[in-house]
Amino acid sequence: MLPPPKTEFDAETTISPQLGIFTRLLNNQLTTIVIILFLMIFLLGSFTRTFLTANNIFNVLRAFSWIAIASFGQSMVIIGGGIDLSSGSTMAFAGIMTAMMLSYGFGVLVSILIGLGFGVFIGFINGILVSRAKLPPFIATLGMLSILRGFCYGLTSGWPIRDLPRGFLFLGQTDLAFYIWKVPLPALIMVFFVIISYIYLSKTKGGYHIYAVGGNEYAASLAGIDAKRVKYVIYSLSGLFAAVGGILMTSRLGVAAPTAAQGYELDIIAAAVIGGISLNGGEGNVWGALVGAAIMQILRNALVLVGFPAYWQSSAIGAVIISAVMIDQYRKRRI
Amino acid sequence: MNEEKQKDLTPIQNTQPILELKGICKYFGGIHALENVDFAVFPKEIVAIVGDNGAGKSTLIKIIAGVHAPTVGEIYMQGKPVEIVSPIQARELGIETVYQELALIETRDVPANFFLGREPTLGKMGIFIDRKRMVEETVNTLNSLGIKLPSLSTMVRYLSGGQRQSLAIGRIMPWGGKIIIMDEPTAALGVKESRKVLDLVLKLKEQGCSVIVISHNMRHVFNVADRIVVLRGGIKVGERIKKQTTPDEIVKLIVGAEML
Repeated sequence: MLPPPKTEFDAETTISPQLGIFTRLLNNQLTTIVIILFLMIFLLGSFTRTFLTANNIFNVLRAFSWIAIASFGQSMVIIGGGIDLSSGSTMAFAGIMTAMMLSYGFGVLVSILIGLGFGVFIGFINGILVSRAKLPPFIATLGMLSILRGFCYGLTSGWPIRDLPRGFLFLGQTDLAFYIWKVPLPALIMVFFVIISYIYLSKTKGGYHIYAVGGNEYAASLAGIDAKRVKYVIYSLSGLFAAVGGILMTSRLGVAAPTAAQGYELDIIAAAVIGGISLNGGEGNVWGALVGAAIMQILRNALVLVGFPAYWQSSAIGAVIISAVMIDQYRKRRI
Repeated sequence: MNEEKQKDLTPIQNTQPILELKGICKYFGGIHALENVDFAVFPKEIVAIVGDNGAGKSTLIKIIAGVHAPTVGEIYMQGKPVEIVSPIQARELGIETVYQELALIETRDVPANFFLGREPTLGKMGIFIDRKRMVEETVNTLNSLGIKLPSLSTMVRYLSGGQRQSLAIGRIMPWGGKIIIMDEPTAALGVKESRKVLDLVLKLKEQGCSVIVISHNMRHVFNVADRIVVLRGGIKVGERIKKQTTPDEIVKLIVGAEML
């Protein structure tokens, strides 16, 4: 005789604390994009002679570090169920504020702190608009994008700020010697930020609450989590991280231009989304954003190295964003 | 309607209620969700709140759970007047709630949901999560209740309805709540899964808790409840000891058949 049909309740095994390492790796959203990243590196390494040179790698690292740092802040906002379209403008604005302070003769440290302070302030205003005024995050931060860009032009009358002191340029232009390599300082700062962002999101109570609010704000509030406070925190952090990226960018370029970082918000968001951070909130982590930012920059680099027509680059990048997200969606459905 | 209240409710009225609501009114704008409702819960009993859609059941329990504040009315716990202004405060008073919407975070794993909003932390700083303790306590509690889940690291999204409901109920267990509120605990569950949930409800009573259950399912109500409170249009239209009533009578009260 056949055993009686089992319901779902019976079919389960006893509870085990964790799944096997292999299953977890397969289910991990990072796996897909890391494979894509290594595939790209492998292909570029075998088809171009220049890609895998230390010089080129560090150039790529330096170039994407500020996007990546801003993307970590963006990731927190997206994981918390929002979006921050103002991060590109915040980068430019923080760079300009820092450069203006420097040109007024303030010290490097003070100027940077003022630039960072403005980043936090802008993010905090975004947080107020979203949680107090209850504006949709898309609208609030779109408005902020425009307002800040206006400030960038208005405060500089459209002229870039040049002649920044050497002590400031040091930040973005120094390479630190590691064995035989010269690692760019911005890349190290990026590594520092990805580690603290990861620890904050995954190991602290505050991070748990960000995921909870992004996953289901109503449920989080019923469980006694202060969703408003979470929003202040994530938008402020996004502003701070964008300011860090913007100041590094200004230091690297040696000039604070009102047109700087235009359209960067889309790269920043794309890095997070390619990295498996769901725009629905509550999912993903900053390692994904790091890999996403790397994929974007390697792609730009690769298109130059293989001689892809410059005018068509943005189409290629768009296609890659779409395919990366499609692959990730496919993987999720399969589970 | 007045003679309803004169019915014999003595077996439980001898003791002091653990929770008592007096003259509760709740208005949302012009809508009267609750009108002068008295409601009491006694130690170690299961009270069912029944009524049609829009009768005010969910509003009533949300007032007890600290989600809504009553427009008018008083709340007493063990005879002392209290104000329940937030879900956190309700929990501090020993009131735990399992919501109809389940209130789980689908994108998070089992321990994160189990400890949602009250994650244990390491040390005195209260910053870093004590993940080890979370996993251990989740496993211990779920095992002791006989709740089986595929794996703790599964996102709640991939759990079945019954598994979610077990988790939603299981996670209130370790907190020593004296009053457990359950909004439609068996809604959207199969027969076998419902049975499990009702067993959990009875288990809670055995452990000395009082349980307030909202349900549409008469059979489930009559399976577990000691007392049944009927709401209609925001008014308490009846209150019966289960042993002294029948499903028919309750259904009549719910739809207001005596008025026809």
